[in-house]
Amino acid sequence: MKKRAFPGINTVLKKIYIVLIFIFLYAPILTLIVLSFNSSKTRAKWGGFSFKWYILLFSNRDIMEALSTTLSIALLSSAIATVIGVCTCVGLRKMKSTSRSVIIGVTNIPMLNADIVTGISLMLLFLSIGMKFGFGTILLSHITFNIPYVILSVMPRMKNLNTPVYEAALDLGASPIYAFFKVVLPELLPGILSGFLLAFTMSLDDFIITHFTKGAGIDTLSTKIYTEVKKGIKPEMYALSTIIFVSVLILLILVNKPEKAAKDDVAPPQPVVIP
Amino acid sequence: MKNKSRLLSGPYLFWAISFIIIPFCMIFCYGLTDKSGNLTLANILSIATSEHSKALSLSIELSLIATAICLLLGYPLAAILAHMKNSSGVIIFVFILPMWMNFLLRTLAWQTLLEKTGVINTVLSALHLPTINIINTSGAIVLGMVYNFLPFMVLPLYNSLTKIDENVLNAAADLGANAFQTFYKITLPLSVPGIISGITMVFVPALTTFVISKLLGGSKILLIGNVIEEQFTQAGNWHLGSGLSIVLMIFIIINMLLSAVFDKDGEGSVL
Repeated sequence: MKKRAFPGINTVLKKIYIVLIFIFLYAPILTLIVLSFNSSKTRAKWGGFSFKWYILLFSNRDIMEALSTTLSIALLSSAIATVIGVCTCVGLRKMKSTSRSVIIGVTNIPMLNADIVTGISLMLLFLSIGMKFGFGTILLSHITFNIPYVILSVMPRMKNLNTPVYEAALDLGASPIYAFFKVVLPELLPGILSGFLLAFTMSLDDFIITHFTKGAGIDTLSTKIYTEVKKGIKPEMYALSTIIFVSVLILLILVNKPEKAAKDDVAPPQPVVIP
Repeated sequence: MKNKSRLLSGPYLFWAISFIIIPFCMIFCYGLTDKSGNLTLANILSIATSEHSKALSLSIELSLIATAICLLLGYPLAAILAHMKNSSGVIIFVFILPMWMNFLLRTLAWQTLLEKTGVINTVLSALHLPTINIINTSGAIVLGMVYNFLPFMVLPLYNSLTKIDENVLNAAADLGANAFQTFYKITLPLSVPGIISGITMVFVPALTTFVISKLLGGSKILLIGNVIEEQFTQAGNWHLGSGLSIVLMIFIIINMLLSAVFDKDGEGSVL
């Protein structure tokens, strides 16, 4: 296909192009990794190789607290969003097409809307009902923007669901709930899993919505970095993000490897995509 | 199960009304009233003041440039990736991976790279090439936008390009179309959902960003996102901030309508 589209471009040029984009995307990451080993405290100069920020990181209470807030919000919000999202998808199947498209339309609002508008709108809601800003408001906001990711990951699986198998289970005397857990859920599982992972990552990486809904005294890693921008980022932060990046890299390599073997699956497993 | 299972979407319905619909209406409530609660259009009309309209037009200009660059860089990339059948999974993975590092830190890293005595200029001057000076200019902001949002362009394009049936392309070739005709008459029209979706995915966050301009534009360049953010976090004028958000939402809604018209089946979606 490609060959016909751009006949002049040969394989070498294509490879060079990919490598150039690759450098563009990875140069900042390499910079951060290098900075995490820089023994000088400022970004501006290289003070020699050192592991000291990695050691200091674990005794930095602020960063560790922000890390645990970030992780607990990501875990809780994605788990709750997954449960609500899967229930919604099951419910949507039996709905009239008009009410279904209304719900899908509403689901698209936080996906297509600007984060700043979503953040502001939630902030105004919490303000007007007099809710105290803190962990609770961040969690509610994260669940809100995570549910659409789960629904959109599970929906395609739901559409391709093998209904006769479910009906056969019912005919053979399984209760609807038993049949759901034995037949429907295993078929949905890959979609549920990728929805959960997607939601987890979106929550982990979110800054803008958290910025507007967090209140004083609580910080996630993103908002902590933002407040540090003016004073200068603590090098421990580089060390932490290097650790996170490298562990995710290793994890993804391990997770994606067996997928190759299962390539001839009916519905191909969705790659873990983090927009 | 038939009737009862419908109730399962109840919790989400409740959730969507309380946390999506009502907050959405709140912006209009605040944007259309003043501090004493009287109905007014002043908040929305304040977009016409020179400070605000300058910020808005600069935002539109920069985000259009960034979207165009993303499309120009992303289309060939997506086409190359779509053609590489076996390795595409790995390569897509490689292009997505940067998103796992905090986006504020990644954007900050560009400061280190772009600074007057930064990495890029050190390399350039070592090679006796002219140095570049774009940190704290709108150029740096555009670069930050392209850097952060390029994957949002590539993924929908890749999705729609891989869905094109090879047989259609073969048929075109058999009927005597040359490469350019095939691309122009078949590949391009069939990838329109991906293009539209990609443009939406890049344009909206680029138009509304306040982080990238703050990190790479110094403190001198104000985008409309910065103006709105300041109203909420510093000036404490939520009414004005909401009014300006309504103006911003007009652009977002146009974008949503565009993607609804051109991408009915969600073909070019990121997922």
